[in-house]
Amino acid sequence: MCAHVPRCGHYGGEVEDMAEKVLMKGNEALAESAMRAGCRFFFGYPITPQTELAAYMAKRMPYVGGTYLQAESEIAAINMVYGAAAAGARVMTSSSSPGVSLKSEGISYMAGADLPGLIINVQRGGPGLGGIQPSQSDYWQATRAMGHGDFHCIVFAPSTVQEMCDLAYGAFDIADKYRNPVMILADGMLGQMMEPVELPKMIDPKTLPEKDWATTGHGDKREHNVINSLYLTADHLEKLNQARFEKYARVEAEEQRSESYLCDDADIIVVAFGASSRVARSAVNTAREQGIKVGLFRPITLWPFPKVALEETCSHAKAYLSVEMNMGQMIDDVKLVVAGRAPVEFYGRTGGVIPTPNEVLTKIKEMQASLIGKAGE
Amino acid sequence: MAETTKEMKVVFERPHALLPVVTNYCPGCTHGIVNRLVAEVIDELGVEGKTVGIAPVGCSVMAYDFFACDMIEAAHGRAPAVATAVKRVHPDNVVFAYQGDGDLASIGMAETVHAATRGENITVIFINNAIYGMTGGQMAPTSLPNQITQTSPYGRDVSKAGYPVRVCELLSTLDGVAYLERVTVDTPKSVRNAKKAIRKAFDTQIAKKGYSLVEVVSTCPTNWGLTPSEAFAWMRENMLPYYPLGVYKDVVADGYANAAEAALDRAKDCPLVVPSEEGSNS
Amino acid sequence: MPRVSVDEGFCKGCGNCVDACPVSIMELAMDRITPKGYHPAQCVDQEKCIGCCSCALMCPDVAITVER
Repeated sequence: MCAHVPRCGHYGGEVEDMAEKVLMKGNEALAESAMRAGCRFFFGYPITPQTELAAYMAKRMPYVGGTYLQAESEIAAINMVYGAAAAGARVMTSSSSPGVSLKSEGISYMAGADLPGLIINVQRGGPGLGGIQPSQSDYWQATRAMGHGDFHCIVFAPSTVQEMCDLAYGAFDIADKYRNPVMILADGMLGQMMEPVELPKMIDPKTLPEKDWATTGHGDKREHNVINSLYLTADHLEKLNQARFEKYARVEAEEQRSESYLCDDADIIVVAFGASSRVARSAVNTAREQGIKVGLFRPITLWPFPKVALEETCSHAKAYLSVEMNMGQMIDDVKLVVAGRAPVEFYGRTGGVIPTPNEVLTKIKEMQASLIGKAGE
Repeated sequence: MAETTKEMKVVFERPHALLPVVTNYCPGCTHGIVNRLVAEVIDELGVEGKTVGIAPVGCSVMAYDFFACDMIEAAHGRAPAVATAVKRVHPDNVVFAYQGDGDLASIGMAETVHAATRGENITVIFINNAIYGMTGGQMAPTSLPNQITQTSPYGRDVSKAGYPVRVCELLSTLDGVAYLERVTVDTPKSVRNAKKAIRKAFDTQIAKKGYSLVEVVSTCPTNWGLTPSEAFAWMRENMLPYYPLGVYKDVVADGYANAAEAALDRAKDCPLVVPSEEGSNS
Repeated sequence: MPRVSVDEGFCKGCGNCVDACPVSIMELAMDRITPKGYHPAQCVDQEKCIGCCSCALMCPDVAITVER
C-alpha cells in the first residue's frame, strides 16, 4: 500500500469518530457512512454508475480493518454477502441495474434465510444493458419482485447526498432488527453529484450486539446453527412464509417514511422519489409562486410504501401526479392509495433522460387548468 | 461374558461431528461415506466448535442437518463464494464447502475457479459421480463420453454436448491452490486413503497454506441403474481411467511453504510481481 | 473377541459391508425388513470376526459399530 493514500479517501479527514461536514459525491458519502455504521465487509463487481462507491470502499476499507473484495460476478458478490451475513457481519454490496438483476438470486436466498444485509442499486436505464444514464426504472423490481418467492426487500430512496449518507447509516439497524435484506434505491444522478454532507460517528463493529443465530462456530457451547432456505414440507414452508409476512406487517406499521412538502392545502399532489423528486420540488416551488396550490409528497421508503401519510392527503387533494424517471411504475402504488377518489396522472422521462422542472411545471399547469375547467362545469 | 464386555473397546463408531440422523442418501451412496470421513477429520482435529460447513444444492443439500458443526445452505454452485465470505469474516474458523459435480463444475464453475485462484483458505470436498442425482439422473459436466443419462439418452455425444471437465487438472494451473488430490472410496483401503487426503486438505487450511480441494470419484447406484457393488465396478472400469487418482498439486511437496510462495516463484521473471530489494517504487 | 453390531435404524441394506468383509460374515437378513423397508445387514458369525472394521469403513450410513 502506497504511503500517500489518504486515510479518508476523498476528503483527507483524520478524525473518524466525530461527526464532520464535508463535500462528497453521493456514492462516496454512502460508502463512508456505511463503514461508519460498522460495515467492514464489501463485496462488489464493477459496473457504471455505481463505480465510485466500490472504488471508495477499495481505498478506504484497509484503513478501518475491513475487507473489500472484488468478486468474479455480481452473483458471487451477493452470495458473499449471504455468507458474511450468515457469519454475523454487517455487510453490503453495490451495483447498478443489470448487476442487480444478477443479484436477485442471492437476495431471495437472504430473505429465505432471514439474513440482514445492505444492497445498493445506483440505477441506470434498462431493460437489458440499457444505458448508463440515471434512471428509476427498477422501482417495480425493488418493490415487487427483488427475486423469486414470497418476500419483500425493505427499500429506501434517498434524494440528497445527505440522505444517501443517513439512510445507509440507519439501514444496517433496520436490516438487523428485522433480519431482512435492505435496499437503497439510488440512481446515477444522486450517486455522482456532489453536495455538502455531515458524516455520522464511526461505530466500532465490536460494540454491536452479538447475533446468536449466526454461524460463527458453535464453540462447543450450543447446538449447531443452520442458515438455510430449504423446506421440503409444504406446511412447514407455508408457516415460515406466513411468519415472515407477519414480520412484514410490522415493518409496514413501523417503518413507513415520507416527506410532505406544501401538501396541507394542496389541490394537486406531486408524488416523486429520489432524483425525480428534486426536479418535482423545483416545479412545485415555481407553481406555488404562480399561485397554484400544489405540494410534493416524497416517499422515502418505497417498500413499505408510505400509504398512511399519502392517505392523509386524500381528504383534500383533487388530483395526483406521479413524476418518475421511467414509464410509470410507482404510479401503481399511488393509485392503490388514492383508490379512485381523484385522478392520478403521470409524467416521466425514461432511458436515462432526466425530466426538467419546466416539463413538470407544464404538466402541473395542464392539470390545474383541467381542475378549473371541471369546477366551472 | 461380563468380563469380556468390560475389556471390549469401541474401535469404530459414529464421529461426534456427524449427527445421529438418517440421511436422505440412497442405499450404497458414497456421499454417506464421505460425510463420515469429513466428520472424522473434524473430530480428530478437535475443531467442530470452530468449523462452518457450506452445503450445496444436489443430493447432499441436506448436509446441514447431518454435520454437528455450524452449517450454511448455499444457492446452487455458490458454496465457494459463501465460504469465502465466512472465512473473511472469521479467519480462524475452519470453513469447508461440500459440493457435487453439477454444483461445483457446472453452475458454480466461476465461483470454484475464482475462490481457488484467490487462494481462499478454504477446503472443498468435491463429489464426482458423473451425474445429477437429486434431479433424477441428468448429464453432468463430468458425465463420460457415451455415458447414458436422462438427458443424454443415446450416450453423451461429445460432438454436441462437449467433453467432461477434469476438475483437479483444471484447478492445478491456478496459483492460489495449495493442495489438490483425487481419491475414491470403493474399498476399505481407498476409504482410508480418502480420509488421509481430507485430513491433509483441512491441515492445509489450518496452516493457512491456501486453497485445498479433494475430489472423490464416487458412484450413483440409483441413477446409474446398478447395484452399489456393480456401481463400484463401473466406476473402476470407466471413471478411474478418465479421472486418474492421485495428487494434482501439493505446493509443500514441491518445496514451498504455501501457495503464495509457489506463485511468486512461478512469476519470478515478472518485476511487477516480485518486489525489488530496495523496496517498492512508490 | 471383536464384535460387530448393526443399528437397523440406520442400515439401508446396501450390501457394501457384505462385499467388504474379508471373512464373509456379513449378510443381508432376507427374512426381515427394517421400518424403512430394507433388509438389514447382520453379522452371522461373530466368532470369526477379526475386527478389521472394513464393514464399518464402507458403510455409508454409519450403521456399524465395531468393538474389540
